Amino acid sequence: MADAPTGNRPVTTWEYSPAPETSPVVIPDQTQLYVGGKFIEPHSKKRFATVNPATEAILSNIADGDAADVDAAVSAARKALKPWGKLPASERAKYLYRIARRIQERARELAILESMDGGKPIKESRDVDIPLAAQHFFHHAGWCDKLRYAMPGTREPRPVGVCGQIIPWNFPLLMAAWKLAPALACGNTVVLKPAETTSLTAMRLAEILQECDLPPGVVNIVTGAGATGKALVDHAGVDKIAFTGSTEVGKQIAQACAKRGTRLTLELGGKSANIIFADAAIDQAIEGIVQGIWFNQGHVCCAGSRLFVEESILPEVTRKLEMRMKTLRVGDPLDKNTDIGAINSKQQLAIIEGYIAEGSREGCTVCQPNHQTLPTKGYWCRPTFMTGVQPAHVVAREEIFGPVLAVMSFRTPEEAISRANNSPYGLAAGIWTEKGSKMFDVARRLQAGVVWCNTYNQFDATSPFGGFKESGFGREGGMQGLAAYLSE
Amino acid sequence: MSDHERLAVLKTWKLFIKGSFPRSESGRTLPLINKEGGLVAHLSHASRKDLREAVEAARGAFPGWSGSTAYLRSQIIYRLAEMLEGRRAELADALRCTSGVSKKKADTEVSASIDRTVSWAGWCDKFPMVLGSRNPVAGPYHNFSMPEPSGVCVAVQGVADQHSLLGFMSLVLPPLCTGNAVVAVAHTEHPLAALLVAEIAPTADIPAGVLNVITGDAKELAGWIASHRDVDSVHAIADESIAATLRAGAAENLKRVQILSKDEDFSDTDRWTNPRRLAMFVEIKTVWHPSAT
Repeated sequence: MADAPTGNRPVTTWEYSPAPETSPVVIPDQTQLYVGGKFIEPHSKKRFATVNPATEAILSNIADGDAADVDAAVSAARKALKPWGKLPASERAKYLYRIARRIQERARELAILESMDGGKPIKESRDVDIPLAAQHFFHHAGWCDKLRYAMPGTREPRPVGVCGQIIPWNFPLLMAAWKLAPALACGNTVVLKPAETTSLTAMRLAEILQECDLPPGVVNIVTGAGATGKALVDHAGVDKIAFTGSTEVGKQIAQACAKRGTRLTLELGGKSANIIFADAAIDQAIEGIVQGIWFNQGHVCCAGSRLFVEESILPEVTRKLEMRMKTLRVGDPLDKNTDIGAINSKQQLAIIEGYIAEGSREGCTVCQPNHQTLPTKGYWCRPTFMTGVQPAHVVAREEIFGPVLAVMSFRTPEEAISRANNSPYGLAAGIWTEKGSKMFDVARRLQAGVVWCNTYNQFDATSPFGGFKESGFGREGGMQGLAAYLSE
Repeated sequence: MSDHERLAVLKTWKLFIKGSFPRSESGRTLPLINKEGGLVAHLSHASRKDLREAVEAARGAFPGWSGSTAYLRSQIIYRLAEMLEGRRAELADALRCTSGVSKKKADTEVSASIDRTVSWAGWCDKFPMVLGSRNPVAGPYHNFSMPEPSGVCVAVQGVADQHSLLGFMSLVLPPLCTGNAVVAVAHTEHPLAALLVAEIAPTADIPAGVLNVITGDAKELAGWIASHRDVDSVHAIADESIAATLRAGAAENLKRVQILSKDEDFSDTDRWTNPRRLAMFVEIKTVWHPSAT
């Protein structure tokens, strides 16, 4: 038996040694647009910097696509539509299988790049983002020649046409896969607009598409900020828009699409309830709370940001939660031991800090039990929870999109359900109880597109994801997700 | 006995809200004119407040209706078909009164409407099997997706339709069968068949508030429907102008909007009893649970 390092004295703390991911990834000084199967210069010649949020170092300069670039991309997608649709479905499938395989083969590089560009812990990009992105392509590849079984009551489902897809910065490559895989499987062509702070893996995906010989124009990637996305939404040559992002922008897009009757699916914000009943397995529930709100720094649309704890166990849950939070490791996203990485951008950090201040002003108690030393550079926010939160408080109603949890209590299942549903959002919910009958009844009555029972934040290519109410409409993933990309 | 011709009792058709038949709170009425240009009756001209009350009634009825068993909903909708069958002649007369279609055509439409009701009744306890799934996720989880009703649906007959009964039933049955509560706006040019369905509904044991029927100016109502925050979905036959109003307003709270063209052919049974039509009034809910010992 090895001696304790401090002789006979009991060891009270065991520090982790740094375990940084070291595999080098070459990042070009500047990126281009991917249009018609070629990497091209942006029409405006303009670029903007993309920053590593953990170091504030500039990683690369991203091409700023404008309306002319969007127009070129839509034309390329339109031109590619017919030949792509005419390809035998089983051949289309093989392209998607190829893409899935190449993502798996380049997984390490993609994971590192994702963590550098977005700030998420390497263990999440390595174990969640990239494997799931590959799975989405692999799963949807197999749908290509089976679409008539996916839409009950439809004999010959057809593609919708040219799809404009706008994705967020929280799961950059994964969201690209969620959007691209079903669209391509159904025979559509695509113009993809990545989020401006996280374009690097999308451009790496463009390389992969080229490696896989995907016919030119089937996928076009135009990087840029909000104006680029708006040009895509407003383009008359686009048959369908798919957007993941904030409810505010989603409503603007809905207005724009309403005018032209453009087909639309939206995956928007949330303020999801995580409900812990007194008969739950408490230690597992604590892990579920952590997974629910601090996964990906809380930059998750379905984050369990409203915690409802049955009154009798509130003291126990908050005590255990505080203990667990002290052990979370906040810091270098590239360290394999890191639990919580950097906040995605300076702007997002300001928004989160604004909400924490607002909660404090409204009379909530702000708890940040984790006292770990944070790096001096970069954008950081300690895992935070607030107690004494009232339903009317801003922090209980609005999506913070950061590692901030609002803790509230309830007395009866009725109260838990009505308070959980008392939100314009309806994306996800969590239920923790060991009583099956209660679990199923509560699951049925919660207005949420995904209900995690005794687990949280699980995703899979075969499992439809999407919201009720103002969290958007349409599903992504699984059989039900295909409907958005098919016409009768 | 007097020998003068008996004076007919003129009826004012009222609204159908929460199982009762109120007049419009506004006191407004509209004349109903037959094809010869004669006055048949008066209709209640629904106001914004009437619409709001109908939506409130539907919201109140939604938990009970959506929470009832699919078997029960199926039996109630089938009961509606039974009751409609008993009122065939009256329904045909209602159709002919304003549209002037032949007796044969009216009979055919009534038959088609009743048959459609029977067909939809049968979907109540089957569509979850067709639209739902058990998902083979790559991990130790039990994962399934099931369709659940969106909530309150407003069905709008936005254009005059000679096939007012078949069109009306095709608008309201899919949301009803999926467990939504419905507020239906019947077009004021040929409203009688729809208003008769409203009068028949309580005898079919459709719970109060589950189906509400109002008559009014579709153009006027469209803006209020679109901006109402407690309406979850809109199912409408509409011209471009009403469709635009409904779509634009709906973007405010992201209502699910399904607009049918005014030239829709409702006689295509295959198309109008297709379970795809139900998909518009449901939300897919996916439930995860770990599978472990």
